[in-house]
Amino acid sequence: MAYFLQQLINGLQLGFVYALIALGYTMVYGIVRLINFAHGDIFMVGAYLGYFALSSRSLATVSDSMARSIVRLIPAAGTAGPVLALILAILLAMAGCALLGTVIERVAYKPLRNAPRISALITAMGVSLFLENFTNLKFVFGPTPRAFPRPFEISSFRLGGVEITSIQIIVFVVSIILMLALSLFVNRTKTGRAMRAVSMDKDTARLMGINVDTVISVTFGIGSALAGAGGVLFGIAYPQILPLMGIMPGLKAFVAAVLGGIGVIPGAMLGAVIMGVTETFTSAYVSSTLRDAVAFGILIIVLLVRPTGILGKPMRDKV
Amino acid sequence: MAKSQYPMAGGHRTPSVIPEERGDRRRRLGSGVVATVVVLAAFAVLQTLMALRVVNLYWQQVATLAGIMVISALGLNLVYGYTGQFSLGHAAFYGIGAYASALITRTLGGSVWTLLVGILAGTLLAGVVALAIGLPILRLRSDYLGIATLGFGIIMKVLFDNSDKVIPVLGGSAGMCGIPRLTTFMWVFVLATIAVVVLRNLVFSSVGRALVSVREDELAAEAVGVNTTKYKTMGFVVGCMYAGVAGALYAHLYAYLNPANFDFLKSIDVLLIVVLGGLGSISGTVVAAVAWTFLLEGLRVVLPAAVQDWRMVIYPLMLIVFMLVRPDGVFQGTEFGFLKPRLPGVK
Repeated sequence: MAYFLQQLINGLQLGFVYALIALGYTMVYGIVRLINFAHGDIFMVGAYLGYFALSSRSLATVSDSMARSIVRLIPAAGTAGPVLALILAILLAMAGCALLGTVIERVAYKPLRNAPRISALITAMGVSLFLENFTNLKFVFGPTPRAFPRPFEISSFRLGGVEITSIQIIVFVVSIILMLALSLFVNRTKTGRAMRAVSMDKDTARLMGINVDTVISVTFGIGSALAGAGGVLFGIAYPQILPLMGIMPGLKAFVAAVLGGIGVIPGAMLGAVIMGVTETFTSAYVSSTLRDAVAFGILIIVLLVRPTGILGKPMRDKV
Repeated sequence: MAKSQYPMAGGHRTPSVIPEERGDRRRRLGSGVVATVVVLAAFAVLQTLMALRVVNLYWQQVATLAGIMVISALGLNLVYGYTGQFSLGHAAFYGIGAYASALITRTLGGSVWTLLVGILAGTLLAGVVALAIGLPILRLRSDYLGIATLGFGIIMKVLFDNSDKVIPVLGGSAGMCGIPRLTTFMWVFVLATIAVVVLRNLVFSSVGRALVSVREDELAAEAVGVNTTKYKTMGFVVGCMYAGVAGALYAHLYAYLNPANFDFLKSIDVLLIVVLGGLGSISGTVVAAVAWTFLLEGLRVVLPAAVQDWRMVIYPLMLIVFMLVRPDGVFQGTEFGFLKPRLPGVK
């Protein structure tokens, strides 16, 4: 039982990281009906940005001095420097990825908005291959894997036979905060409402005075920022990063989005958690070589039963 | 009702032969003769250049690979370009053909006949698996079908990785060695030509029109009496059999198979070719498959050693630029004149 719960927590950790990536897929798909294959590579860039931020001395200095100034307000925050450094690294990665995502959208996808959908998909694959191979060049990130720096020692807590590490707590807390922020943004702000309108009907939204191009850019920006945060969390949790690391998590996150019902934000989270837990359980109880097969097998079965995903609304054929 | 008013509606109920005008038969025969002469001449020239070693072994290998890509991409064009079924799992069927045929030639010994048996077995197995998989999942629409086939492709890759646990000879993730090296340029050229002829005759028949009607509007096709399930499955199975042929030839080209050769990226490669050439264009697929293979290998030779690493950066950039400039592909769904049927009413 303890082993089961332990694996469940490990699975949730993976699932939450997948969820952060899957949200970007689902939002972009919901708005422009494009499978943004480059999204997994934006996640990779996020991990590298986090790596560089955490490796830099100036970031550590800044976060230490910030911690020291907070001490005057909250005395317990004295040792919070490393945690602040991680938060700053996540924010930096999010900002960098948001910029990257918007630029990619403007340069590569926007000109193709009225072209056949498949051309945009192929372009997305081109962007993905470009990001992978460009960052693989020696003077960029280089092909050798790097060890992700950990700003603080891992401590673990026991909860009734189950061990939960500080890293896992950080992954859970950060992803839950980001998901809550996202759902508040989408449901409570004007831009969020515009996003929902555009995803329902782009042309009518335009008639209602919504600047569709801005909304699409914002969507790409937010989605990419979440992927960037996911990249840093992934780096902290599974501390080895390389330019090709985005391919598999990207695919799985996308599949998770489809599994939950693509275009539906809670669906992406649910699908991602299912993928993460399934994968971890397969590795733990069956065989780690079969984990991808089981994860994708579940996807196919779900699609056969519910062709639009678990939380997706059944589509009606338009005549 | 003897003759349908709507010959484009497809289905077996409409007569497949539209009454010909005087002279059509002769013109059609003429274009057939021209095409045959061109193909034979091209083969003779290429074979002579290779026999005289004007074209070195490396480029012969590239040309053979290009022919294999032609066959595989023609199959995907039938599935996606003509039938409109988005498949991201083409490499799985390529792999099935490769492994099945390699197992046969490795067991029976390498000769022209075992290669033939191997190719047949690989093709049939790919077809049978496509039928088994296609019947349930072809009910899914567009992107969802793409995801399901992608999932199938990844599952097959995992199975290839673990194949040695059932049949040790297949080698699992370490790869399969000792496959007789039997694929020659001639085999590939002949089979690619047959593939073009078969596909051309298929897509310009009443079956082909039914396939295209499914692509254009499945509901409308159903409404005019096209059995969409039947045609979708048929297009998928035949397309996957093409992948099986290509895989069988590939297995006997390098004498070594690795599951990594049949992963997701390999499916993408074929999709790129089909889209670059133009969906629903045989000519486009052939040109794009040859050009793409030579481009990938050509950059290896043309680029100086210092910027070799840039090869993998240049080609996605070219892909992006190409898509931005010409999103419908090179041929945009049209054909070379000699591939078009000379029938009244069909342009």
